[in-house]
Amino acid sequence: MNTDINILTTRDLQIGYEKPLCKSLNLNLKCGNLTCLIGSNGVGKSTLLRTLANLQAPISGQILINGVSIQSVSKSELTRSLSIVLTDKAAAGGLTVFELAAMGRHPYTNFFGRITDDDKNIIDKSLEQVGIAHKKDSYVSELSDGERQKVMIAKALAQQTPILILDEPTAFLDAAARVEVMQLLHCVANEQNKAVLVSTHEVGLAMQIADNMWLMNKSEFYSGSSDEIIENGFIDKLFQNDNVKFDSVQRRFVIAQSK
Amino acid sequence: MKTSHIYIILSFLIIVAALLNLLIGSVHIPAIDVFKILFGGDVENQTWKIIVMQSRLPQCITAILCGAALSVSGLMLQTLFNNPLAGPSILGITTGASLGVAVVTLLGGGLVVANADKLSGWLAVLAGAMIGAFVVMFVILLLSSVIKSNIMLLIAGIMIGYLASSLITLLNFFATAEGVHSYTIWGMGNFGGVPLSQMPLFIIIVLFGLALSVMLIKPLNALLLGENYAENLGVNIKLARSLLLFTTGLLSAIVTAFCGPISFIGLAVPHIARMIMRTSNHVKLVPTTILTGSFIALMCNFVCHLPDKFGILPLNAVTPIFGAPVIIYIIINQRKMRYFN
Repeated sequence: MNTDINILTTRDLQIGYEKPLCKSLNLNLKCGNLTCLIGSNGVGKSTLLRTLANLQAPISGQILINGVSIQSVSKSELTRSLSIVLTDKAAAGGLTVFELAAMGRHPYTNFFGRITDDDKNIIDKSLEQVGIAHKKDSYVSELSDGERQKVMIAKALAQQTPILILDEPTAFLDAAARVEVMQLLHCVANEQNKAVLVSTHEVGLAMQIADNMWLMNKSEFYSGSSDEIIENGFIDKLFQNDNVKFDSVQRRFVIAQSK
Repeated sequence: MKTSHIYIILSFLIIVAALLNLLIGSVHIPAIDVFKILFGGDVENQTWKIIVMQSRLPQCITAILCGAALSVSGLMLQTLFNNPLAGPSILGITTGASLGVAVVTLLGGGLVVANADKLSGWLAVLAGAMIGAFVVMFVILLLSSVIKSNIMLLIAGIMIGYLASSLITLLNFFATAEGVHSYTIWGMGNFGGVPLSQMPLFIIIVLFGLALSVMLIKPLNALLLGENYAENLGVNIKLARSLLLFTTGLLSAIVTAFCGPISFIGLAVPHIARMIMRTSNHVKLVPTTILTGSFIALMCNFVCHLPDKFGILPLNAVTPIFGAPVIIYIIINQRKMRYFN
């Protein structure tokens, strides 16, 4: 398995609406890696993910998929290269689990969206991978938040893209489901050689599971393995708050001792 | 129940409702004679032939097409705006069309009305309705980019409807008595409003609109997930949005131009279709909505003719009787309904 291919790279990318939210970004997403994006609220994590998914135009700079600028990639090619799971509330309660996951086949189905036997197999396999195949015929409205999130991931898997971008997939989930979803994503990245990018507030969990970490705060951006960002002290600068300190032995944030 | 079985049952209900419309009316015509006339046979009473062929049959066809057109418009608007209470009449689109018609009929005075049976007269009315509907749709679309809340957007739509209504009242105030009369009659709603000579044009435009709506099934499904997901799935959002608005505008405008501003069918029928099919998948919803809309429009038309010798009830007196309870039921049971959650 070749994990050295940078499937997605950015060149001097500036994100934001009018003013850049961050310095120019030169980032790399590797195939086979789970990358976790960490940063405090409002720092622009979602904006970065939306920009990388071509849902929002960058202020300047370039995003390259396999060396080709995202702007010059055709719509049909892009939809087969990159899939997303967002925090947007989808009005999918009236669909079955299978129907929702089947949305991932849209880029491949004909004009009327007809699902072929091949599509069916791919959807079934995606549902199995996320461990929700037994609820295939249930309505999405009957699912728990964690199960819903799994179906959305199954949708993204059914889209068969080398890149997966997920915006806070663990929000609203209970502790067990959070771990489960992160492990699932790690599995997907490693076993299917996909580049998976996840934004999350679960710093501790991300440190344990992620192959690569992106740290973002108002002025800076760090990229590296968990060990690197701890050693370099990057993680301590993350929240820029005197009351919270990162304990590099316990690998978690602790309340700073009052002097 | 299998999907195909539901389609068969709905089609059967449409045939029954159509027969009720054909067989029962203010003039008693024996059933056997109605069938004879329909199949091209001769009957003694020539008046019967005229009643069936020039009044009852055209009304049946109009009701079937209008019901389908309004309902599918409602469905598309509900998905597009992600709003279960959207519909051509609520968002002010039919009122916009009415304003267009009012401008043409009232400002044109007796001129257009006198030419009502001629193509030029109807084209003027149709153009008025289309322009009115599209202007309102465009304003709603602009507002929807600023107003994120669904409820607020609905209220804005209702306000635009009021604005259009007040302009209509002003136009009425300055219009001739003849113009006001014909406008008022038109405003009550009537499936008998399509002149025989314009029937082919009417059928072609509605069928074209319905065909467009069937072609939009795939983007409609993707839009259930919201615009971001739809875009990522390869949907051209701008094109899909424009086509959806064009189709709903075309269908509501043509119905409104010929039959008046008909309320509630567009709002309520998509919900009935969802309850029948227990899904929000448009592959099943679009055909079900079309069939259910046709059936309900036929039944409404039938009820309009029930007073028999006392005359024909205005359509808009009947549609709320079926539509309003459906909407109230849906609002009360919102939490239990799948597609809300």
